Formats: sequence, structure tokens, C-alpha cells
Amino acid sequence: MAERVRVKHMMPPGHVRAPAYLRGKTGFVERKLGAFGNPEQLAYGLPAEKIPLLRVRFSMAEVWGSDTEYPNDTLDAEIFAHWLEYPETHDAP
Amino acid sequence: MKQNDGRRWHDMGGQAAGPVPKDDHDFALWEKRIDALMVLCSAKGHFTVDGLRRALEDMGEDAFETMSYYERWVASLNQNLVEAGVYTPTELGERMEEIATRGETYGEAAHG
Repeated sequence: MAERVRVKHMMPPGHVRAPAYLRGKTGFVERKLGAFGNPEQLAYGLPAEKIPLLRVRFSMAEVWGSDTEYPNDTLDAEIFAHWLEYPETHDAP
Repeated sequence: MKQNDGRRWHDMGGQAAGPVPKDDHDFALWEKRIDALMVLCSAKGHFTVDGLRRALEDMGEDAFETMSYYERWVASLNQNLVEAGVYTPTELGERMEEIATRGETYGEAAHG
């Protein structure tokens, strides 16, 4: 089964690549793309750590709410692993 | 619409917006040169597109309203080149003065 991931819901100042409209949203890993230099270090001219980049697939309903025109359409975004967290599949009782 | 959740001004995805302008762009020579300069700086290892973006974002929303696309790019290129130690602001100022004496147009500069 595809791995569920959630984009971290934080809004730090400074250069980051995770778009604000996806923060806090849950999707699944569509594919792993390999590791790339961390843009948060490259942007400041610093030596960059290689971090896995993942293509994450979100439903339109998840991103824009259930009243969106085509809720089952999907949107893919490439998100670095350090911006992803792994939510519990089942809510605690 | 402004959202007050801490997102930065440039991070506009999902906000209300008008129709996409579909008119073609015609680039001036200096704009093409700015684009080429970015490719050159990146190839020479002075900075990456991430540095370009970072300086553009740090200019703030006012720059987005008052400067054209490549005006913002050249300001960002300059910021990154100074930070990378390629030249100092004084060296840039002296060079700009020297070039300004050649004339206002490319034609004058070429024969100056």
C-alpha cells in the first residue's frame, strides 16, 4: 500500500520549497525521485546535504476542501523528505 | 487575498487571482543578457537558482509591484555575486561609471 505522508504545518521565514497551500495536507508517495541538495542551504551559498525528494500525490478535496469542483482529481508535488511526517493510519481510540 | 497564517508574500499558490494574461512577451537585449548571466553564474559555481529565488523572495512584495521581472533578476544576481565574493559594491560602482561614459545606447557603447 502506498505510504501516507503529511506536509509539515510550519511557516518558518527564509527560503523553503514546500508550498504553503500544501502544508498540513496529507497525500501518498507516488514515487521516490532520488536525493538532491537541500535548497534551504543552497539558497544561502552553503554546502548542501543531499535529501530524498518524493513525488507526493494529493486529492483536490484534501487540498481545496470537499466543495472543490473535481474532488477526486489529483495534484502531484515534489516535496523534500525533511518536510514530510508520517501520520498514524488509525486514530487513537 | 492576503492570508495571515505566516506564509510569505511570494508563496501565492491557491490564492484568489484574475485571469492568466496570454499576450506574448518580447524580450529586450538586456533582458536576454540577464538570463544568460544566470546560466553563466550557475555554471561557474558562484550560486544556484536557489540563491536567485532566495534574494527575489527577500525583496518583498513592493519590489514585485515596482520592478519588472528582469529588473528583479538583475538585483538578485548582484546580491548573490556580492555575497559570493565575485566583486565588491565599490568595484561594481566604479565599473558602472566607466561603462556609463561610453554612451546611453548599445550602438554608442560599441563605438565608444
